[in-house]
Amino acid sequence: MSAYLTTTNQLRTVRIVGIRDETPTMKSITFRDRPSANASPGQFVMVWIPSVDEVPMSLSTTDPKEGFAAITVEKVGEATKALHKMRVGDLIGTRGPFGNGYTLTKARNIMIVGGGTGLASIAPLTEQIIAQKRCGVTFLLGAKTCNELLFLERIKAVLSKPDCEMIVTTDDGSYGEKGLVTDPAEHLLECEKFDMVYACGPEQMMYRVFLLTERHKVRFQASLERFMRCAIGLCGTCVIGRFRVCRDGPVFSGDELREVKSEFGHFRRGFDGRKTSL
Amino acid sequence: MSSRLTTEIAGLKLSNPTMLAAGILGLSEASLLEAIKNGAGAVVTKSVGLKPRSGYVNPAVVQVSCGLLNAIGLPNPGAQDFAEEIKELKKHGLSVPVIASVFGFSVEEFARAASILTRAGADAVELNLSCPHVKKTGSEIGQSPSLVAKVVKKVKGVVDKPVIVKLTPNVTDIVEVAKAGVEAGADAVTAINTVRAMAIDIETAHPVLANKVGGFSGPAIKPVAVRCVYEIYEEINVPIIGCGGVTTWQDAVEFMLAGAPAVQIGTAIASKGLEVFKSIAKGIDNFLKRKGYRSVKEIVGLSHHH
Repeated sequence: MSAYLTTTNQLRTVRIVGIRDETPTMKSITFRDRPSANASPGQFVMVWIPSVDEVPMSLSTTDPKEGFAAITVEKVGEATKALHKMRVGDLIGTRGPFGNGYTLTKARNIMIVGGGTGLASIAPLTEQIIAQKRCGVTFLLGAKTCNELLFLERIKAVLSKPDCEMIVTTDDGSYGEKGLVTDPAEHLLECEKFDMVYACGPEQMMYRVFLLTERHKVRFQASLERFMRCAIGLCGTCVIGRFRVCRDGPVFSGDELREVKSEFGHFRRGFDGRKTSL
Repeated sequence: MSSRLTTEIAGLKLSNPTMLAAGILGLSEASLLEAIKNGAGAVVTKSVGLKPRSGYVNPAVVQVSCGLLNAIGLPNPGAQDFAEEIKELKKHGLSVPVIASVFGFSVEEFARAASILTRAGADAVELNLSCPHVKKTGSEIGQSPSLVAKVVKKVKGVVDKPVIVKLTPNVTDIVEVAKAGVEAGADAVTAINTVRAMAIDIETAHPVLANKVGGFSGPAIKPVAVRCVYEIYEEINVPIIGCGGVTTWQDAVEFMLAGAPAVQIGTAIASKGLEVFKSIAKGIDNFLKRKGYRSVKEIVGLSHHH
């Protein structure tokens, strides 16, 4: 079989080496795993919690030098509750990294829009852009309320450079501007020239940003979330239109999303293949 | 595509002998269409039953050193819901046969699901009498020649399209089951479904699959599948679709020489992508040309002459 199957997809049992509370409902779990440590921004791993479940998780930190990687987990269901109960020294399984990750392109002025746990995937991207490119970055960070703002200090530190700006929104106005993160996105796209917009967060948010980039003819990339099983493009659980999110994504370009716009932002398929409204 | 590659299964005309195997993608119109656009000569849907099922929790798929184990648990939206996907697919007016894989927890359920999906436009049905990891269906029925005969008879009574029986290798004598299906009216058989198997993680001592036991697929099961096709070919006279570990054109040719006019491809899509249909078809065509054969038909079962 190809290298894709034999090396990347191999299940590895790894030890948790660090746990950090990020918000009242989110924790980062660090583990030692060479393939995960070498992942590029936007890629994901399948995380096995023995006796409980196996779930796709974005890598929120990768440290290729030391061989560590981290996932950031919001407590939402059985699997994530079990992950929140784990302690340093416990064993979890990993396979991956899978998927394409974000594509870095030559751009002068970039907008990055992150909401909720979407920061897990988009924070490493932001760090890479700042480290590699000489371009302007406007980061729009949104959450429901102040204490749910993920990686606020991390992003602030990364963006402490000229040509970089950060705008924070909360639905309740407890931090930054009151409203949705798409509000400043709309305003900025109207009065400023951007040549790439990256987004990761709730799908409705990404869909709205997608429509804005369509209107203003700006290139776009967004990372999608779907239920997954195999992660290697076989089972069909994560399909959106002709695409398999695990294999053709999870990051899709505006051109690709245009092709599936009757589905993107509207519905996703459950584990039984039936459509559920978003 | 070359006319050398055309083949036929129970009246279904295939432009080339590569088929999308059941259980792989195949739960939506768009993903079946994508397999067709990538060159599949026919597509088999994911197995569909009468009622929606979510399948098992993860891990549902795990890789072992020589293939994949899966226990997905027959997830499907139910025949009524899935009929819409088939209708959408048939609207494209494609000449590629769409075969509905069906399962049931009773003879009646098989028949009702088959009836709903053929009325929606499926060109044939493949009876999943071989899934090795769901209780009271699949191989639990497919291991009994008399139950296989009952299901086939009932389904033949309600559909006017070809009925294919997908066989399990997890039996003492696969030929006996194949014969029972054919005597009951099956128009073709598919050999084989996955081999019942399991994997245990040594660090945590946990069986990896949530269902503990699953089906083994990939290159390691190919010799088992070739043997099954070979043995069945000796005893029955309906077409046999080869399935199990087909990854290269050489694998496909081997199945043909054993007696299969077409092959199904599944696990290889993970390693080779959907392009695998075209690359295997091209390889078969070059082989036929090099050996001076005018069609696939001329090599089906050729190894039995030796």
